[in-house]
Amino acid sequence: MSLDFDSARMYNPNITESHIAWRDQLRRFMENEVIPYVEEWEEACELPLSLWPKAAEIGLLGMGYPEEFGGIKEGIDVWHSWIVNEELARVGAGGVGASLMVHGIGLPPVINFARPEVKQAVAPKVLAGEAWISLGITEPSGGSDVANLQTTARREGNEYVVSGSKTFITGGMRANWVSTAVRTGGPGPGGVSMLLIPTDAPGFSRTPLNKKQGWWASDTATLYFDEVRVPVTNLIGEENQGFKVIMHNFNSERMGMAAQMEAYGRVCLEDAVIWARERKTFGKRLADHQVIRHKVSAMKQKLNATQAYIRACYEQIEMGQPNAADIALLKVQASEVMEFCAREAMQILGGAGYLRGNRIERIYREVRVNAIGGGSEEIMRDLAARQYQL
Amino acid sequence: MKVLVAVKRVVDYNVKVRAKADGSDVDLNNVKMAINPFCEIAVEEAVRLKEAGVATEVVAVSVGPKACQEQLRTALALGADRAVQVEVDGMVEPLVVAKLLKGVVEKESPQLVILGKQSIDGDNNQTGQMLGALTNMAQGTFASEVKVDGDSVTVTREIDGGLQTVKLALPAIVTTDLRLNEPRYASLPNIMKAKKKPLDVFTAADLGVAVSTHVTQVKVEPPAERQAGVKVEDVATLVDKLKNEAKVIA
Repeated sequence: MSLDFDSARMYNPNITESHIAWRDQLRRFMENEVIPYVEEWEEACELPLSLWPKAAEIGLLGMGYPEEFGGIKEGIDVWHSWIVNEELARVGAGGVGASLMVHGIGLPPVINFARPEVKQAVAPKVLAGEAWISLGITEPSGGSDVANLQTTARREGNEYVVSGSKTFITGGMRANWVSTAVRTGGPGPGGVSMLLIPTDAPGFSRTPLNKKQGWWASDTATLYFDEVRVPVTNLIGEENQGFKVIMHNFNSERMGMAAQMEAYGRVCLEDAVIWARERKTFGKRLADHQVIRHKVSAMKQKLNATQAYIRACYEQIEMGQPNAADIALLKVQASEVMEFCAREAMQILGGAGYLRGNRIERIYREVRVNAIGGGSEEIMRDLAARQYQL
Repeated sequence: MKVLVAVKRVVDYNVKVRAKADGSDVDLNNVKMAINPFCEIAVEEAVRLKEAGVATEVVAVSVGPKACQEQLRTALALGADRAVQVEVDGMVEPLVVAKLLKGVVEKESPQLVILGKQSIDGDNNQTGQMLGALTNMAQGTFASEVKVDGDSVTVTREIDGGLQTVKLALPAIVTTDLRLNEPRYASLPNIMKAKKKPLDVFTAADLGVAVSTHVTQVKVEPPAERQAGVKVEDVATLVDKLKNEAKVIA
């Protein structure tokens, strides 16, 4: 029994030999290709383009996507996804996973709802790491209130003409396409459509949003659409049925974030324990002071509960019965635990944790993006209450 | 050309091993196990020979308990075509492993056998050489470069003074050094495909080998903890300490 990243993961009977093999390879990949360069990429505010083909090569980008587009689906289950999210989190820089895997929110609308020729044009390149796709929902006028978005697409012959703006778009500076929520009809959710907008279309422009609290390695952007003409065949799903497409994404995005947040908490535990065992104060190890021992136990206790909750939700998804309310609250559970662990680890590390260049300092700065992005804690609680028909 | 490549299940190189409290052995309880790094290099070399069109089939073999099938699956995920496990429980010493491998060599008749030069647990560095003697095959150990040319193989060996190149008639045995190649990652699709590749299991009896012991492990203990160093005032004190305390200079 110990408290390192792997030992602090509770037993899961669903894990088989192929899951273990996948984790081993992924860990080797992260340790050789990612972790040594994290600081450099954070300062550069972007990842090198060469990272995507490498990630495609080991099967990371294509995991869970159909074989016909270069993905791997057969035999892949939720436990492979959990492992990916854990290993991304273990890097200790959220911007890396957010940017590298942003197709995880941008591509599913295309795969699930776009026309076959559009899928064929987009998916193989994205899954090979040769082109990039982002998701454009949030606008300068509001994020959580998707039903009232203001970017419009008016129909002219065989084209939509798009006007408006999107912001906080992960991967937005690099994207070749953006799966974009636009208003094609009247007010409210019934007037929203999803449209695949190529970023080389005339009238499209973008500016970087680099000055962020965390996720530095992730290129975030504001996108501008000035009378951008897009063929109607780029519609994702039916016209004015975009809300359904958007909702379809949410469960897997929230599960992924929850799994990462728990793992960030575990990174905090691991690094805090290493430090508490080494550092001596008042003639004994930090780990021998009762106040520190209780902090460590409290972290582990909350992580255990979150792991059990994640597993329960994943098991339901695996049975084909995802519970949206429980998943929404899981995201809240996970962000609260990440926040708690980041706080307590920072208290244990003290000044050493406050200096840049360690995982705790970065994770501490990245609590909020996890507690807000992908559905804020407030929206999640509200959604759950509605789902439970309060 | 068929290539046989041996892989061993060992403690993962990242694990800080501990001796059991009674000093009887290393504590392997709940310890992460992995494919021996030198064996991984051996697999990579075999797979590269196949990709280059030199080898037609790569067969991975492991001697060990049922759990070593995990490492055989890794070898299959890295590109081996099929696997053979020789099931033996408990500690097996290099001579017995070599005898068992000889049995597999006789069944498979490979043109080339590639092994790691040593495993990171026992550090014996014996199995490849013993297999060479038992099978009467030529051997090129500590390879940093392997070139197959018709019915011979040229092996560049890392030796104390530099590099030595030997040319061996096939069939031959090669053991790998660290710089031979850099093993690839097994991709997720290949991990999934590896589950379906054939894996045959033999017992020592099937190969006509008696698992005997010639060596008894007496005691396992951790290395002595190093004493903290001291700072000396000046060069004269240093020289004095080196002469009179450490007695490393006269």
